[in-house]
Amino acid sequence: MAAPGFLPRPYLQHLLAALTAAGYLCLGPKVRDGAIVYEELGSADDLPRGVHDHQQPGAYRLHRDESPRCFSWANGPQALKPLLFAPREILWTSAAGSDGGITFHPEIPEALPTAVIGVRACDLAALRLQDQHFLEGPSPDPHYGVRRRNLFLVAVHCTHPAATCFCASTGDGPRAESGFDLALAELDEGFVVTAGSPKGEALLGQLPLEALDPVQQATADGEIVAAAQAQQRALPSRNLRDGLFANLHHPRWDDVAQRCLSCTNCTSVCPTCFCHAEMEEPALDGLSSTHYRQWDSCFTEGHSAIHGIVIRADTRLRYRQWLTHKLGSWHDQYGRSGCVGCGRCIAWCPAGIDITAEATAVCGGDHA
Amino acid sequence: MPDPYLPHEVEILERIQESPTIFTLRLAFTDPEMQARYRFQPGQFNMVYLYGVGEVPISIVSDPEDEHLIDHTIRAVGRVTQGLARLGKGARLGLRGPYGRGWPLKLAEGRDIVLLTGGLGCAPVVSVIHYILRRRERFGRLTILQGVKHTDDLIWRAQYEAWSRLPDVQVGLAADVGSPGWFGQVGPVTVLFDRVQFGPGALMMMCGPEPMMRAAVQELLRRGVAEEDLWLSMERSMHCAIGHCGHCQMGGNFVCRDGPVFPYPEIQALLGERGF
Repeated sequence: MAAPGFLPRPYLQHLLAALTAAGYLCLGPKVRDGAIVYEELGSADDLPRGVHDHQQPGAYRLHRDESPRCFSWANGPQALKPLLFAPREILWTSAAGSDGGITFHPEIPEALPTAVIGVRACDLAALRLQDQHFLEGPSPDPHYGVRRRNLFLVAVHCTHPAATCFCASTGDGPRAESGFDLALAELDEGFVVTAGSPKGEALLGQLPLEALDPVQQATADGEIVAAAQAQQRALPSRNLRDGLFANLHHPRWDDVAQRCLSCTNCTSVCPTCFCHAEMEEPALDGLSSTHYRQWDSCFTEGHSAIHGIVIRADTRLRYRQWLTHKLGSWHDQYGRSGCVGCGRCIAWCPAGIDITAEATAVCGGDHA
Repeated sequence: MPDPYLPHEVEILERIQESPTIFTLRLAFTDPEMQARYRFQPGQFNMVYLYGVGEVPISIVSDPEDEHLIDHTIRAVGRVTQGLARLGKGARLGLRGPYGRGWPLKLAEGRDIVLLTGGLGCAPVVSVIHYILRRRERFGRLTILQGVKHTDDLIWRAQYEAWSRLPDVQVGLAADVGSPGWFGQVGPVTVLFDRVQFGPGALMMMCGPEPMMRAAVQELLRRGVAEEDLWLSMERSMHCAIGHCGHCQMGGNFVCRDGPVFPYPEIQALLGERGF
């Protein structure tokens, strides 16, 4: 792999230009409706320069200062998940023939080659888990797959954890270790650029890079280490499976059920939650019908309903399902926890429920 | 990449009314090549699609070596199944499958078999009964036990009577609530264990309401049946049938893909735990 180089800040637009020339649609962080969201970038000027975030349980606010930096914030509500696992999409359509027959039509999406700039380590870890779920089992999902194959990922190492972040404790950040095509470390005067794949290396070769000064590399590394040390939250262990399943009747489940609104915000913002419902919408003329899938949540009544029975009829059972799956049975399914420490479920919970506090309380804090 | 979500057209070749709310649809793919390629094991299920309404998981009750037939016995309880109930011969549906792990029929060879069912749980197990009866020499004594809530919930009454007259076959029927003329026992299905004999190493396959299966498991374990000889067919919400949609999870298991038939030790920890 090519040696890292330094991209002076005024040349950031060259990165977008090189990606555009290579045929990619460039998406990146922008400020919309008071939040950092990933949308199409017209130019590097669209990036959230000088924007910082303040996150707490149940709180998310942005503010600006004179900093030249464009990535001085922790993640907003969404990043990669909706780009690959669409919130709602057509799976297939059917049509009624005049002879009473039915024809079925696949609806595999047309995916444009897409580059995402500013992907954080937690979201790369989450992407790895979504890849395992949708692509690496016995029935790969062609909808997710076509979008995934068209993706070019430009990671940015995280130097500004929010109070809700805990990726250091899950082992998923703040440094982007793998799974990217290019990685950037942002300094005031520019970016340390590293390639992580042959595609990334080819693109790196087109950038007007300068030789990397060891001081710049050391400064960048130091900021990432400091970002890990600054994190205020942690899960008690990377494997809480046995602790959670040994405590299925812990009084804390009743306690959290009193606070949880079962609103599904946590599962929507979670970058690893994969549940979805399939649903049918027939055309009014009866000649065709469309089969959709849409994000679903284990916090809804319908999620566990079979005729005459709802397996999880109350909030206590739903919160317990979410936590024991995310931090427990995920180990059985995919060999690790389903939590990457992004902290979104804490910030976007209207009741400010903190997954790290709930897991610690249920497991008794005695799990080394 | 093949599209695992896409159904294929099937035709209803025959429709059999089993009881006022239960019917059997005999299906075949309209594409003869698909029909020729189609293979399944008893205990597996298909996703059956009703045009304009949606899909439901339904277990397959026909014989796996009869390549002309895909039989589904269905109770009209929901939007899709009530719509399916109104269709007749010649109507078209969508179908994809088969899915999941079926009954351990290879493991069962040479052993006594006990089939324990409750309610419409008998439907997925009827395929096993037919399978064993057509390959009688490969299996030991066959015991068929069926529990129902009310005596008039029993379907295939004549079938049970016919099976009970076969050599080396025992049939036991129990109803929670008896009625005049009821020829079975009154009580939970576990009362039948005292009335039948099965050898050591018998394989138990059960399907039906979970409280019934849990009671049976406890009683059979008390009587010395080994945990790994108990096999249960589980039911959970399923939308995709391929382990993607998440609805059917029971702990780390995707019931659609890892089940629906499980050996007891694989689900023991969460069986009977409310909410899983």
